[in-house]
Amino acid sequence: MAAVLTLATASALLKLMFIPAYRSTDFEVHRNWLAITHSLPVSKWYVEDTSEWTLDYPPLFAWFEWILSQVAAFVDPGMLQVTNLNYASDATVMFQRVSVILTDFVYYYAIKEFQELAIFNTNKQSGATYSAHLIPILLIFNFGLFIVDHIHFQYNGILFGIMLLSIVRILQERTIEGAFWFSVLLNMKHIFMYIAPAYFVYLLRTYCFNRKKPVSLFTFSKTHFVNLASIVLMVFGISFGPFIYHHQIGQVLSRLFPFKRGLVHAYWAPNMWALYNGLDKLFTIVGLKFGCLHPHTIPKASMTGGMVQEFSHMVMPSIAPLVTMILSACAMVPALVLLWDLKSPLAFVRAIVLCAFSSFLFGWHVHEKAILMIIIPMTLLVKYSQEDAKLFLILSTTGFASLFPLLFTPFENIIKVLLLLQATIFAFLSLKDFYGKGSKSSSMSSRSVLGSTLGSSSLALSLREFHLPLLNILESIYLWGLVGLNIFNSGFPTWLLGLDIMSRLPFLPLMLTSVYCAVGVIYCWLYFYFLLCLDAESSDKQQKSDRCSYGGSDSSKSSSLQKKTR
Amino acid sequence: MRHVAGVYIRSNMASNSTSYGYSKEFYYQLLLVVLSMLSFRLAISMWGHSGERKPPMHGDFEAQRHWMELTSNLPAKQWYVHGPDNDLQYWGLDYPPLTAYHMMIAGKIAKKYNPEMVELGKSHGIETPEVKLFMRLTVLLMDLIIFLPAVVAYFVFGQERRIDEVQVLTSVMVLAAYPGLALIDNGHFQYNNVSLGLMVMATLALTLTYDILGAILFCLALNYKQMELYHALPFFAYLLGRCVKLGLPKGLYKLSALGFVVIATFALIWSPFLTSVESAMAVLQRLFPFNRGLYEDKVANFWCSVSPFIKFKDIIDPQQMAKICMLVTSLFVLPSFIDLLRKPSITKFHFASINSSLIFFMFSFHVHEKSILIAAIPACLVIGKTPFAVIWFLMISVFSMVPLLMKDGLLIPTFVAVCIFWMGSNHFIKPTQNQRPEVVYALQLSFLGAVCLTLATIFMPPPQRFPDIFQLLIAIYSFAHFFMFTIYFHIKQIGGAYEASVWKLLSGFKPSRAHKTSGDKASTVSVDSSTSSVRELRRRK
Repeated sequence: MAAVLTLATASALLKLMFIPAYRSTDFEVHRNWLAITHSLPVSKWYVEDTSEWTLDYPPLFAWFEWILSQVAAFVDPGMLQVTNLNYASDATVMFQRVSVILTDFVYYYAIKEFQELAIFNTNKQSGATYSAHLIPILLIFNFGLFIVDHIHFQYNGILFGIMLLSIVRILQERTIEGAFWFSVLLNMKHIFMYIAPAYFVYLLRTYCFNRKKPVSLFTFSKTHFVNLASIVLMVFGISFGPFIYHHQIGQVLSRLFPFKRGLVHAYWAPNMWALYNGLDKLFTIVGLKFGCLHPHTIPKASMTGGMVQEFSHMVMPSIAPLVTMILSACAMVPALVLLWDLKSPLAFVRAIVLCAFSSFLFGWHVHEKAILMIIIPMTLLVKYSQEDAKLFLILSTTGFASLFPLLFTPFENIIKVLLLLQATIFAFLSLKDFYGKGSKSSSMSSRSVLGSTLGSSSLALSLREFHLPLLNILESIYLWGLVGLNIFNSGFPTWLLGLDIMSRLPFLPLMLTSVYCAVGVIYCWLYFYFLLCLDAESSDKQQKSDRCSYGGSDSSKSSSLQKKTR
Repeated sequence: MRHVAGVYIRSNMASNSTSYGYSKEFYYQLLLVVLSMLSFRLAISMWGHSGERKPPMHGDFEAQRHWMELTSNLPAKQWYVHGPDNDLQYWGLDYPPLTAYHMMIAGKIAKKYNPEMVELGKSHGIETPEVKLFMRLTVLLMDLIIFLPAVVAYFVFGQERRIDEVQVLTSVMVLAAYPGLALIDNGHFQYNNVSLGLMVMATLALTLTYDILGAILFCLALNYKQMELYHALPFFAYLLGRCVKLGLPKGLYKLSALGFVVIATFALIWSPFLTSVESAMAVLQRLFPFNRGLYEDKVANFWCSVSPFIKFKDIIDPQQMAKICMLVTSLFVLPSFIDLLRKPSITKFHFASINSSLIFFMFSFHVHEKSILIAAIPACLVIGKTPFAVIWFLMISVFSMVPLLMKDGLLIPTFVAVCIFWMGSNHFIKPTQNQRPEVVYALQLSFLGAVCLTLATIFMPPPQRFPDIFQLLIAIYSFAHFFMFTIYFHIKQIGGAYEASVWKLLSGFKPSRAHKTSGDKASTVSVDSSTSSVRELRRRK
C-alpha cells in the first residue's frame, strides 16, 4: 500500500503550504484548551472560564490536547498560559498547524486499512487510470476536510480517522476493536452520537445475536454482549470517571450540551431549518407587501440582518429542541429497521450515512461542517454502484459549496474557488472514467427526451454541453446553478447593474447559499433512502432465489457480502 | 500505468476528438493542471516576500512597488533620470521600457483602488496587507494571462511528433510546476513570468515556423527584461541561419523583413526616450551598469566559485572586469552559436538557448542567482527529449537559489515545492527509468550532497571567520553541476550523428537511451516519428 502512503505524504506536504493562511477563532479555541489542560489540574478543566472559549469537547479530547501540550511546552511555553489570550507567535502557529497535519496520519492509516479490505467494489474491471486508488484519493484530498482543518483550523482529520477505523474494524469483524474506537470517538467529540444508532443496531444484530440465524433469545450471545458492554463502559469510565469522582458531571454535561444556542447556527447549515427559515422570510416579505403584517411588529434587525444568533420566526411557529430531536429520530428509524433486516456491511455504511443525514437535516443548532460526516462515509461507496457515485458527486459538490462562507479573506476566497473546482473536476472525470460507457446510455436517453420535448435540436445540443457525466439533466442544471449562485454572491452582477443590494442586505448571499444547498442535500437524502430500499428489495429476491437453488442454508451472509452488479 | 492511460485515451480519441486531435477529457485534464498550478502559486503568495519588514531598503518587492509609484506619477521623460522626485539611489528603474509600461498600468490601477499604495515619495516601504494583496495579484494575473497560456500553448500546439496526450500533460506540468520560477515570482517577488512567458511564446512561434512573429515576441521579452540577452544569440543565429539556408534572393528578403520588424518593435517601445541621444543613453546606462559588482551575493558562477582562490573582484577594477567577462563569455558561447548558424534546426535551437544562457550565467558580468531561471525554462522545453538530465538540472537550479529563498522566509514552501515536484516527476516522467544504474547512483549522490548542504546551512552556525561559508559551498557545488550540464547540453546540441560515439568516449557519463536526433521539419517528421514510436513500443515490451 505504498500508494496510500505516497498520496498521504503529498497531501501532508501540500498542507504545509497553508501555514500562513487565514485562521478562524477556532485556532484560539484550541490554543486555549492546550493552555487549560497543561496548566490546570483535571478538576479545573471544565470549570475554567478566563477565555470565552471554554472547553466544550468531551474529556478524551481534552486528554488529546494535554498530550499535544506536552510537546508544545518545548516549542513555545507562551501558548500554554491561560491568561495569554489570542497569543499567536510564529512558533505557536507553526506548532498548531503541524499538529493538525501530523494527526491526520490516523486518517491516512484508516484509509490504508479500508483499501486493503477491498470491499464495496463492483465486479466490473474498469480500464480507468486511477480506479485502484480512486477512493483513497477522494478521501485524502477531500476539499471540505482540507479547508475546515487546515485553513479554518480544527482537528477533524484525526476524528474522521478514528471513525473510519472503527468502521473498518467492524467490517473486518474485529468487532471489539471497532466498538473500542467508536467509544473513543464519542469521548473525543460528542457530535458523533449522531451516527451511534447505526453502530448500536448493527452490533446488536450481528454480534450479540447470531448474524446467520433469526433473532430469538437462544441466539443471543451473552458473552459477546458482556464483552461489548464492558469495553464501551470502560472507555466511558476512563473518560468521565475523574469528573464523577470530583462531583462535576453536571458541570461537564452543561458545557457539552449548551441548549441555550439557537435552532440554527449564525450561518444556516443547508438543512430543513434553512428552508424553514427561508420560507418564514419569504412569508414575512409577502405579508408586508400585502399588508397582512405590520412593519412595527417586526424587529428591525431581523429584516436587514436576519442572521443573528437567535432567529425568531415571524410567520411560522417557533421550533423547540424536543421537536428537532423527535424529527431526527423519526428520520432515522426506517434506516435502522432496514439495517436490522439486512445486517450486511453495505447496509451498515448506508445506515451511518442516513443517521448522519437525519441529524444534519433536522438537528438543533447544526454546524455546516457536519456535512463532512455524511460525505466521508459516502465516499466509501462510490465504487459500489453508479447511483452511489452520482449521489456522491451531487452531495459533495453541494456540501463543499455550502462551506464557502467559512472563508472570506481575499487570498482564501480565490483559493477556495480554485480548489473546489479542482476537486469537482477530478471527481467527475475519474468517476466518469470508472463507470465508462454506462453513462453514455443514460445521457443518450435524456438527450432524446429533451430533443423531442423541446422540438429544437440546437437548443438540445447546447444543453448537452452542460450535461454532467453520470447525472441527469435536472441534476446537472442544479449543479451549474451553484456556479451562478456564487457569481451572484461575489457581488459582481449587481455591481454591474449598479444596484447595491449587497450592502443593504449583507446576509443575502449566505441565506441564498444555505437555502440553495439545502435543496440538493435533501434531494440526496431522499435518493439515498431509495437506494437502501433497493438493496432491501434485491436482497429479498436474492434470498428467495438462494433458497430455491441451495435449499436456503447459510447463504444470506455470503450473498450480501458478495459484490453486486446492477 | 502511463502507457495504459495513453492507449486508453487514444482509443477514446476516435469517437470524441476535437479539431486538434485531442480528446475532450484532455482539455478538462489540462484545465485541472492549470487550476492546480494557479492555486500552487497562490499558496506561495501567502508567504513572505523579499525585504519584508526590513527597512530602509526592503527588497525586490519594494523595488517593483516603487516603480509603480514612479511610472504612474511621473512623465516617461523622468523615469530613468535622477531628479527631485526620482532618487535613483532608492531602487531607481533599471529595467527596459516594457517593464516600465507594465508598472505604469499596474500603478494606475492601484491609484484608482487606493492612491496611498503608490503615493509619490510618501509610500516608500508601505507594507499593508492591501498592498501585499494587490502586488501578489498582479503577478498572478501575469501567470494567468501570459506564462501559463504560453506553457500550455507551447506543448499543445508545438508537438513535433505524434500527439501523445499524457506526454503533453506531463510536460505542461513540469514547466508550470517548476518550483524555481514560482518561488521567485510569487514568493520572492519579480515578474520573470512575463519575460520568460514571452520567450516561450517566441520559441513556439519558431517551432511553428512563424519566424517574424517569433522575432517580435522575442523583442518584447528583451524589452521587458534585459537579461533576455542571454537568449539573444540563439535567436539571432537561428533566424540568420534560416535566412542563409533560403538562398540569396529569398533569404535576403526574409532578413530585411526580420530586421525591419525588430527595429520597428524597438522603435515603438523606445519612442518616448528617442527624442534625444542623451535620453536614450540615460536609459541604456541604467540598463547596463558597468560600475556595479562582478556578482551579487554568492552566485553559482565561475567568478564566485573561484573566489576562494583568486579574488577577481579585488584584483581587477569593474570596468576592466566587464571587458574580460565579455571576452570569456563570447569565446565560450561561440561553438554553440556557430553550430546553430550552420544547421538551424529547432532541436538545436532548443539546446542552444540552454547552452547560451548557461554560459552567460557562468561567465558574464554582474549576475544574480535568480538568473539561473533563464536557463531553466528553456531546459523545461526539452523535457521530452532528455528527461533525466533536465529534471536533475532543474532540481539543482532550485538548490542554487536556496540561500536567497531562505533569506525571504520561503524555506517551507521551497521544501514542499521541491518534494512535490520530485514526487510528481518521478511518478509521471520516471526520469530514472532506462538509465544505467551508475548514472542513477550519481544523481542520488548529488541530491544527497545538496540535502546535506541545505541542512548544514539551516542548522549549523557558520564559523566566525567565514560567515558565508555555506552559501559559498552551495554556489561552488551548484557551479560544478552547471558546468557538467553545459557540457552535456553542448554534446546534445552539437553531437548530431556523432553523438553516440561521443557518449562511447565519455562512457562514464553515458545515459543508455539512444537519443534520436531527428531532423525536424514537418515533412520528414511524420515518417520519422511513426517509426520511432514503433521502436519505443517494442522496447517497452
